[in-house]
Amino acid sequence: MQDEPTPTELIQAVADFLRAEITPVIKGHNAFKLRVGINALDLVTRQLALEGPGDTAEAARLKALLGIDGSVMELNRALAEKIARGEVDLDTPGLKEHLWQTTMDKLAVDQPNYASYKRELGN
Amino acid sequence: MIETELGRCVAAFCPGATGVSGVARLSGGASQETWTFDIVHPAGNVGAILRRAPPGYGASPSPSRAAGLDAEAVLMQLAHDSGLPSPRVLHVLKAEEGLGRGFIMVRVEGETIARKILRDDEFAKARPILARQLGRVAAGIHALPGAKLPKLRSMTSTTEIADLAREYRSTNWPRPVFELALRWLADHDPGPSREITLVHGDFRHGNFIIGPDGVRAVLDWELAHFGDPMEDLGWICVNSWRFGGIDKPVGGLGMREDMFAGYEETGRKVDPDRVMFWEVMGTLRWGIMCGRMMQRFRNAPDHPMEQAMIGRRASETEIDLLRLLAPREN
Repeated sequence: MQDEPTPTELIQAVADFLRAEITPVIKGHNAFKLRVGINALDLVTRQLALEGPGDTAEAARLKALLGIDGSVMELNRALAEKIARGEVDLDTPGLKEHLWQTTMDKLAVDQPNYASYKRELGN
Repeated sequence: MIETELGRCVAAFCPGATGVSGVARLSGGASQETWTFDIVHPAGNVGAILRRAPPGYGASPSPSRAAGLDAEAVLMQLAHDSGLPSPRVLHVLKAEEGLGRGFIMVRVEGETIARKILRDDEFAKARPILARQLGRVAAGIHALPGAKLPKLRSMTSTTEIADLAREYRSTNWPRPVFELALRWLADHDPGPSREITLVHGDFRHGNFIIGPDGVRAVLDWELAHFGDPMEDLGWICVNSWRFGGIDKPVGGLGMREDMFAGYEETGRKVDPDRVMFWEVMGTLRWGIMCGRMMQRFRNAPDHPMEQAMIGRRASETEIDLLRLLAPREN
């Protein structure tokens, strides 16, 4: 068992330091890069919190949709191939809901401020 | 050191010029650079831009798609001569000048950053007219005289679908939403356009210089090609270029109908179904480009984090594709 603090706490502490102490004293292109870096740390924090439950639910939906077992990667590959071959499409019960839920879960980690995502959250 | 070569170069093509000042690198990767500088002249300095591939860098980052810097110079000059908002080209670099390949053009003052154009007060008067203006500019590009155009690649919707499918598969990362989009594109492929014209290929925010008065220049002809003119109108509507203004499809500035009206003022016709097809294609194209950016990040020796984070923007195009192809009932 690893000791505390948790990875999330460590990353947040670093991100908070960069935001509060370093951002005000950095200028030019490096200020842009710093902002990108802080965004990356925040993304990792969100992924650490959301990835586990998201992947579990995604895998369960995929198993029901495809009727097979496997890792979430294997199941996604299988779904991608079935769509490419035309064996599964938007008329397939559950596909549309699955793609929407999966995509919303990705945006919650990648870019929760993206305007399309915020619009769909409100729907 | 670039000052020395630039100074010598400028003195040769600009009679009376005594040198250069204020030389600064603006942007670009290792193979494509943009520099700003002033040509020092007793009659008054001239703001200039150098766009070049430095000596030793022949190829562009996407060699199969790039028009090449020589072709870009011809296109910009042609656009300028036709009265389109385009900087005048001052000089095309020669090998013996030691600056690499590329060209020097007049610096057009204004803003290219979309978030400023969409939000700053300075552009408040420009915003309501830009969609229509951009429609007119696109029509002007599509009407440039074929006989004077440089050699460029040709592209149809069908070849583009095949290219995108290949690029997507090369990323080796399963994306059911992209698969769905590829199927949709194949099922809705409108086939070759009745009319083939010059297509700018990257007609969107970032490549427009905007002033308080409107569009002052269209830049970056790197992806210019021959094809369906409706492609440019679809690409500018891709949600990724609306920068939050998602209810105004034309770059967050205005409605498609505004742009179409500007386009048709010139006598050219818009095919809205084709424009919508190209918007879907463009959304997928940007998504696949994000995926390839991830690969470039992984392969680059310095692991640039900007590219890594662009890799995480592919999901933005997935939600936009779903909004286009499988909208939810509200």
